[in-house]
Amino acid sequence: MNTHVKIPQMESTDLSRRSFLVGTAAAGLALGYSSVPGLLGADSALAAASNFDPSVWYSIAPDGIVTVTCGKADMGQHIASTMAQIISEELGASWKDMRVQLASNDPKFNDPVLGAQITGGSWSTMMNFDAMSRAGAAGRMALTEAAAASMGVPASELVVRDSVISHPKSKKSLTFAEVVKSGKATKTYTPDELKAIKLKTPEQYTMIGVSVPQLDIPSKTNGTAKYGIDVMLPGMVYGKVVTPPVRFGATVKSVDDSDAKKVPGFIKAVTLDDKTGTTTGWVVAVANTYANARKAADALKISYDGGPNAKLSSESLFAEAKRLQALDDSGQFFVKDGDTAAAFGTAAKTMEAEYTTNINIHAPMEPMNATAQLQGDIWHIYSGNQFATRSGAIAAGAAGVDPKFVVMHQMWLGGGFGRRLDADMMVPAVQAAKAVGKPVKVIYSRENDMTMDFSRPLTFQKVKAGLDGDGKLIALNHDVVSAWPTQRWGIPDFLSPSVDKKGPLDAFTVNGADFFYTVPNHNVRAIRNEMAHNATPSGQLRSVAPGWTFWAVESMVDEIAHAVGKDPAQYRIDMLDGKGANAGGAQRLRNTLLAAMGLSGYGTKELPKGEGMGVACVSSQERATASWTACVAHVAVSPSGEVKVKKLTVATDVGTQVHPDNIRAQVEGAALWGLSLAMYEKATLKDGGIEQTNFDTYTPLRMSQVPEVAIAVIANGEKATGVGEPAVTVIAPALGNAIFNAVGARVRSLPITAEAVKAAMKA
Amino acid sequence: MPVLNINGRNMSVDAAGDTPLLWAIREQLQMTGTKFGCGAGLCGACTVHLNGEAVRSCQTSISDAAGKKITTIEGLSAKGDHPLQKAWIAEQVPQCGYCQSGQIMQAASLLAKNANPTKEEVIAHMDGNLCRCMTYSRIQKAIMRAASEMRTASNAGTERRAT
Repeated sequence: MNTHVKIPQMESTDLSRRSFLVGTAAAGLALGYSSVPGLLGADSALAAASNFDPSVWYSIAPDGIVTVTCGKADMGQHIASTMAQIISEELGASWKDMRVQLASNDPKFNDPVLGAQITGGSWSTMMNFDAMSRAGAAGRMALTEAAAASMGVPASELVVRDSVISHPKSKKSLTFAEVVKSGKATKTYTPDELKAIKLKTPEQYTMIGVSVPQLDIPSKTNGTAKYGIDVMLPGMVYGKVVTPPVRFGATVKSVDDSDAKKVPGFIKAVTLDDKTGTTTGWVVAVANTYANARKAADALKISYDGGPNAKLSSESLFAEAKRLQALDDSGQFFVKDGDTAAAFGTAAKTMEAEYTTNINIHAPMEPMNATAQLQGDIWHIYSGNQFATRSGAIAAGAAGVDPKFVVMHQMWLGGGFGRRLDADMMVPAVQAAKAVGKPVKVIYSRENDMTMDFSRPLTFQKVKAGLDGDGKLIALNHDVVSAWPTQRWGIPDFLSPSVDKKGPLDAFTVNGADFFYTVPNHNVRAIRNEMAHNATPSGQLRSVAPGWTFWAVESMVDEIAHAVGKDPAQYRIDMLDGKGANAGGAQRLRNTLLAAMGLSGYGTKELPKGEGMGVACVSSQERATASWTACVAHVAVSPSGEVKVKKLTVATDVGTQVHPDNIRAQVEGAALWGLSLAMYEKATLKDGGIEQTNFDTYTPLRMSQVPEVAIAVIANGEKATGVGEPAVTVIAPALGNAIFNAVGARVRSLPITAEAVKAAMKA
Repeated sequence: MPVLNINGRNMSVDAAGDTPLLWAIREQLQMTGTKFGCGAGLCGACTVHLNGEAVRSCQTSISDAAGKKITTIEGLSAKGDHPLQKAWIAEQVPQCGYCQSGQIMQAASLLAKNANPTKEEVIAHMDGNLCRCMTYSRIQKAIMRAASEMRTASNAGTERRAT
């Protein structure tokens, strides 16, 4: 897919390619936001010529207000506030002076490590910490030098705190506002000078590690925060998409709009001509209001050709996965350590198990939407989006223009969870706006949103283990069969070379399987389920691959421990010996597991009949970006197989805490996502379409289903790691293992159902 | 043209009587704090008050709302300082924030009748409001904090009157 869209080259970049020049931010944003004054509030301040802009990342106005421009999508992880916090630490600004706004898709706001605007992977804090720190420090140094000149004292004698630069000896002081107003702070920094700046050490921190009030929260308690769905443009009309009964591959044969024409305010039915390959068979009903657009959409009579996937179901995708897994030559190797075949030959015992997960839907509370407006040659797109770099290119592809003619206006995201990495909503907005010659806001109904999700793929995993005479795990074959969500983007840099040199593979389907246990012979095979890939275009759902790979690994390790009569926690600790490439990470994971065990009281007392505790520990997300996370789940299982989750105890080693309270919020949210996916969320494909259309049949966790959650955050001074996703991945296996310990029932399919538990109890 | 009494003001709305109140509020009146989530009364994002009762505005037609007192998040308090709004900030409840207008409006209808709810009463009252970020435990804490503050304020008021 997306073969017709030219994706801007994604080259990795670093600070050395970035210029920190006065005035650049003002020029870029004045262009980006000029059509909607006041949309984000801070744009007019930024356009002022008298501001001090020490870097593209922030601007200081003559009143001392520091406005940080966040290039990351803020979907509730408060990343804009976090960027401001990191800058304010080095800048020496008072927190009450800090403001945030969201960046356009101007490449100057690209992630300093990734070289693009993409938000995911729990990467943002770790990859921006250094750049934001240096930007803050550069501003402080420039302000200090200007203040020193004004005061006639050496800059080295000045102290910066709470937006005030003071000279203790002479008791002179100047505020940031006064220095900016004076116009004397003009110093610019070369990349080498930036690199040479000596940053604070952790014991000097006064802002990092403090739970400052999140800057976006007040606007989210009074209705003033603006999401994509809230954008209003002069002369704007509304579009409601009509999506076909088949998830992907259908085409429109004919559209009869005779009844739609009777709906007052109806303007036009636009059949999409999507050369980006993002959507198939979509029609947009355009009307003067959204209510009328919905009525008109309902009145359209559309006939479809269902296309090649119209007969497929979840069952067919699982059957195809099993067929592919059974072939010796399918897939590519992600891990190939030692010689598993030889080790299985000498093993004292072998075990095999199959683990599955069903299709899952992101369903953020804000349904997908986008507003498109053509002004002159420029397409302005307003939408909360996690991947402005690619989404701008998709919008350009839909419009038939070069991506440089697209300005993406970022909005607060009413939930992301990976859904807004995709750009499908750009296509109907742009093509409808083009067809009617007016700005169009397209809003998906919940039914459109659910049935056209870029879902977490259905997965089938087969694990084979070989044990020596002492019960030690000496060989593991792990096959992972799924659609390949990242390959679908068509960006080669996001794929990884295979170990067996059979071409690139989508590591975002197997991450996590390269765990930190010491297993001398270890294969991980990534197998693309072509049928699922085509029929259910998949996406990155919060935690991505570790959400299924650890379900298999951490369930299997438990099964092995029980088979050889060892305590499952102790069995893990023995394998986390930190040998070779696992040094460091393995010990941190072990310590995290011990922390969760201690906090939960694991193994300290006999539990009542039908209750059990289970453990799991994970190195999500990628091996190189792991946040070490462990869970002890405590469940009570009734004879009918009903599982009551009594408590989830989660410990996570995040290295450095920028905002302790936010970390707890994210870890709790992630853990409850893990619970929701493990027990309550299931989507199914039938006749090529997703069967669940709204929250009556697709049922995320509600308040009454929330168990007690205890969280221990370990901050040991290592580099800051991500917290938005890892805890998602540890919950399902911990629950499965707890259920086994409670009633001896082993479940191997997600979501866990009472029927499956009951059936496994009998077996 | 139907006239709606919203947040204490009468406003005429250029829309058919069967138009969902949600869209009249958001588009005609351009008050976007009330959110669209499901269009089926299943998620609570669009919750507003009709004569003080929490209702799903996506399931309420403007002809049914006409003549009644409609309150949206924008009208819950003059300065965004309803005890629930203050508690939402104190407990740092919102993540993405999209559902929170509906959560706050739903909670406000509880506290208006029951100033001392139990945890079970809170859960029963709030269970129809989805939060995909899963901020549920903070929502509970914030409701309890606001209830406590409202009780303290009302006790203080009584005492002042008594003296």
